[in-house]
Amino acid sequence: MSSETKQILTTDGIPLEVSLKKAEKKNKIKAFLLVAPLLLFLIITYIFPIGEMLFRSVDDRMVTNMLPKTFKAMEKWDGKELPPEEVFEAFYLDYKFLVEKKTFGKLATQLNYEKNGFKSILKKLQRKMKKFEQGNYKEQIMNVHKRWANVEYWRAIKRRAPDITYSKYLKAMDMYENEDGKISQVSEDRRVHRILWLRTLEIAFFVTILCFLMAYPIAHLLATLPMKYSNLLMICVLLPFWTSLLVRTASWMILLQQQGIVNDFFVWIGLVGEENRPEMMYNKTGTYVAMTQILLPFMVLPLYSVMKTISPSLMRAGKSLGGTPFVAFWKVYFPLTIPGIGAGCLLVFILAIGYYITPALVGGASGTLISNQIAFHMKSTLDWSFASAMGLMLLTGVLVIYWIYNKLVGVDNIKLG
Amino acid sequence: MSKNSEFVKFDKVDKSYDGKVLVVKDLNLDISEGEFITMLGPSGSGKTTCLMMLAGFETPTNGEIYLDSNPISNIPPHKRGIGMVFQNYALFPHMTVYENLAFPLKVRKVSKDEIDKKVDKALSMVSLTGFENRMPGQLSGGQQQRVAVARALVFDPAVVLMDEPLGALDKNLRESMQYEIKHIHESIGVTVVYVTHDQGEALTMSNRIAVFNDGKVQQLSSPDKLYEEPVNSFVAEFIGENNTFQGEVSDISNGKCKVKLKEGEIVANPINVKSKGDKTTVSIRPERALINPSQKMDNNYKGKIEEVIYHGDHTRVRLNVLGNSDFILKVPNSSQNIDIKLGNTINISWNSTDARALDPK
Repeated sequence: MSSETKQILTTDGIPLEVSLKKAEKKNKIKAFLLVAPLLLFLIITYIFPIGEMLFRSVDDRMVTNMLPKTFKAMEKWDGKELPPEEVFEAFYLDYKFLVEKKTFGKLATQLNYEKNGFKSILKKLQRKMKKFEQGNYKEQIMNVHKRWANVEYWRAIKRRAPDITYSKYLKAMDMYENEDGKISQVSEDRRVHRILWLRTLEIAFFVTILCFLMAYPIAHLLATLPMKYSNLLMICVLLPFWTSLLVRTASWMILLQQQGIVNDFFVWIGLVGEENRPEMMYNKTGTYVAMTQILLPFMVLPLYSVMKTISPSLMRAGKSLGGTPFVAFWKVYFPLTIPGIGAGCLLVFILAIGYYITPALVGGASGTLISNQIAFHMKSTLDWSFASAMGLMLLTGVLVIYWIYNKLVGVDNIKLG
Repeated sequence: MSKNSEFVKFDKVDKSYDGKVLVVKDLNLDISEGEFITMLGPSGSGKTTCLMMLAGFETPTNGEIYLDSNPISNIPPHKRGIGMVFQNYALFPHMTVYENLAFPLKVRKVSKDEIDKKVDKALSMVSLTGFENRMPGQLSGGQQQRVAVARALVFDPAVVLMDEPLGALDKNLRESMQYEIKHIHESIGVTVVYVTHDQGEALTMSNRIAVFNDGKVQQLSSPDKLYEEPVNSFVAEFIGENNTFQGEVSDISNGKCKVKLKEGEIVANPINVKSKGDKTTVSIRPERALINPSQKMDNNYKGKIEEVIYHGDHTRVRLNVLGNSDFILKVPNSSQNIDIKLGNTINISWNSTDARALDPK
């Protein structure tokens, strides 16, 4: 017998392997064409914006493009003392060009991010510049305002020379690159972001725990009740889901405000006095309460779908084998619900970490999250690159959590339904 | 040491789920130590409810259950020390075979060495040595079944309950598992209460069978008695095959009775009839009616063959006898019975003792 396997041919003489591949290729192309619209949609609506965000967060060509001559002249300057006359002249020419184009305001904004105080001296320079004489620009500019004679301001300009910067990321961590190029922390009274990051993590963590503690019994009840009651309960769980997020948050505002229903009730049963009604809104309490309620269905549903698959005879078996109801629950039932717990916690935590509307409305000053800060920079300061940097940090944080979860529990163990 | 004949005792037990319908009615049942007793009945007859009450997952509405003379209605399931094999095995899917078997021992705080020893012994009993580290999902249905049996026995319970444990297996496997469970029972002498709706299973395995219908035990006796001497028409109908005639008693004397049918009259054995004029159902097992018997019998009739079905070792013949066109005969396939052909008329006979006059349907 020969060791070679004989090649099998189809009826028209082509090797079977070849014609099989051909047939499969056709199917593969068909399958790809079917998913192509979704793939395209994802690329356009998800991957492309994230790439754009990443680019924007490090892009720093705006100032570079506005002051091309200045940065060229600054290349030779070591930054220890005031720059030489060529730098002043280049800066004068660049700035003059910007004034003529009427885009000098943008430069003021950008440089002001780098160092406070640029805005006024640039304006003053713009007014005085009209009377400048040819030559000796160094002296003329320094005479406009005494800050122009301060080397720190020139260093600040030089720091904006590179095309790419990670200063936004440092800023989000309450750090900055100081004059010597060293990374250091901002003064204590200006460290706002780190508090926000920690608060975001803290609130997301406790909201997840609260949701878990409340959802577990509900899901268990849902999974074990007879059909007609469980359907009703399911509707109760889902009803808030179908209501607008804004409406739900607004109704919490009605309930939680100082003259609200909850406070009225507390006063009525004598828990608190009329004079010192507790503040339950515009602080962390409000954020906790409203977010837990709003995110609860995201915990209930995965738990329910897992619990539904657990046969009631398993608990019975546990008991009949001698386990107390608690042992039977802890050793048999609970381990089987872990995939649902994992899915629910991951879902709620990830949603909570990026939550925006609810903390914005009921959070007040002490209950706002990092997403509110991102929105603030998107809408008010228009510092989109800073907002992008923070958004990306948030995204990275979520991915890291997902990775840790995968290492600990395994993503295959997630069950959403 | 004599065995306790009332090891498990149901004493006037009633059970109702909704307060309107009794699913178990006035149940009195004694199970002796080491016995293999089967609760047999159609679905909804109350047999599983009885088992659940014994296991402690349901409480009797009235009456009391005794285990070794102690009332157990107020003892929670985990303190009863009763092993149970569930219909769908109920193996813990997140534990290995070893952990499954060790579970009842661990909760009893048995030492590690002792656990190893007992698990080994239980696994070898069901011939699954070497499967300790498998997960239940990696086992076939039959193997899972064996693990479930081993787990119910590993902590040496006094009573083991089995709730249709073989229902999910295919026919061949089911039969071999029947023998296996029977042999395990014989070798360790544990009391087994077995629930099934499969009469073949009940007949092969049990010492005694309790036939349930409508929340009541219809008959409690050994398999052979149950088959040969059913006490009412439900049991006769439910266990094995059965030919019936509806009629009215026209005479009763000397342990025999005459039953008048629509067409003709037969001599029968009065079981559930007292006096002349009683309505009755007469039941005759198919193998008790013979064709052209050599010895004399007291019921002799002619029947027309309406259908012949070949079954390999025997042939089933459907006859029209005395106006009943569903009369079944089982004829062994031998050369004697060559005149069994469709349309032929043959002589059939049976003894009046085998024609049991039971309650009317």
